[in-house]
Amino acid sequence: MAGTAIHGGLVWRVGTLVERRRETATAHSLVLDVPDWPGHDAGQHVDVRLTAPDGYSAVRSYSIASAAQEKRLELTIEELADGEVSPYLAETAAPGDPLEIRGPIGGWFVWRPAQTEPVQLIAGGSGIVPLMAMIRTRAQAKSAAPFRLLYSVRSPQAISYANELEQRVHDDANLGVTFAYTRSVPEGWARAPQRIDATAIMEAAFAPALRPSCYVCGPTPFVEAAANLLIAAGHDADRIKTERFGPTAGGS
Amino acid sequence: MSDEKVISRGFTGRRSAEASKLPPGQYLTQDFPVLSATPTPRIPLDGWEFTVTTEDGAVARRWNWQAFRALPAVAITTDIHCVTRWSKFDTMWEGVAIDTLLDGVQSTATYAMAHSYGGYTTNVPLADLQNGKAWVAFRYGGKELEPEHGGPARLLVPHLYFWKSAKWVNGLTLMPHDEPGFWERLGYNMYGDPWREQRYTGD
Repeated sequence: MAGTAIHGGLVWRVGTLVERRRETATAHSLVLDVPDWPGHDAGQHVDVRLTAPDGYSAVRSYSIASAAQEKRLELTIEELADGEVSPYLAETAAPGDPLEIRGPIGGWFVWRPAQTEPVQLIAGGSGIVPLMAMIRTRAQAKSAAPFRLLYSVRSPQAISYANELEQRVHDDANLGVTFAYTRSVPEGWARAPQRIDATAIMEAAFAPALRPSCYVCGPTPFVEAAANLLIAAGHDADRIKTERFGPTAGGS
Repeated sequence: MSDEKVISRGFTGRRSAEASKLPPGQYLTQDFPVLSATPTPRIPLDGWEFTVTTEDGAVARRWNWQAFRALPAVAITTDIHCVTRWSKFDTMWEGVAIDTLLDGVQSTATYAMAHSYGGYTTNVPLADLQNGKAWVAFRYGGKELEPEHGGPARLLVPHLYFWKSAKWVNGLTLMPHDEPGFWERLGYNMYGDPWREQRYTGD
């Protein structure tokens, strides 16, 4: 029976797709009703299982975007052109359809409201998703922990949650968001497109002396670069948590 | 747990020709994705060492890089399987067998904890490290192992999910009982057999 725990293991639950929103040309948020969802911490992910009529299954992991306090589970998935699972979730699945979910998974790359220290978030592209869950969880918890997000995107059109981030920054003096553009910049932007570098870290990130907890998420080369920049800037490696999406490992 | 899988309306999926060589729930990749929880540590070879500690806390073996590389090494060609669901076939490594590192060590332990630079740990039954089943690898694809893939040296236990193949490994501690390592404390399986799909606690 769905939802019955066996020996403390993770069970498959049958959720229902309630809503799908387009965040960017390739990112889609799926809102799911999952009966008996045990709750999650910001930063965790779930496995999603699709099954064809002949019983063939494919499973991929997706980060949770919704706040830990939310009853409904929200995932934001990046549609990969050659993917097996993501195009189905982005285009074929419709509200009302059942979707099998297992989780939450991962207890390392998480932020909990009990943490009060400054938090530096660094996202590359779709790496924003678990960091958005942290921003939302912090807001729901009315946490005063200072948060800063450095969010590297290809172009202004590639920003997920753009309106929500703008609103949250407007409403909250302890939340700062800085964008970095790698391919094209907004009109009037003072800089040419570029990858994040030591200057970007110095200008946008909390100083190492404030001993922020750092969470870096994105494609492997981005995470390698960003984590190395943080260390070069004087941040303690022990305070840097990373989550890497390999070329194929972030879910297809 | 669902008794039956729920059919996903309109999903056909993509069957791979190599499926018979893949453990359940895995897909084939030609890439070599990286999964690490921390920044990649930079480990100078002149400070590198590898130790074997027995269950009574005594350091039974210690090698610096030069001495370690002087040990007999073997070439290994093997499939690898990551818990994040990618598998890669016929990866080519060079490394020192754990049998060589444990040769002559007096112990009645049945488990080992692998330790790494950066603080990572993972637990493996000793039987899964012995008899030619595991190595400390220092070359991959004919080149020195790159830091992001665990260089200078990583554990290679290819018959278990790849998180057991600890990157940046610097020692084994022998244990009389099983104890969880880093990911095992965070919800991942104590053993991690990909063919039995032992991904998470309780699988």
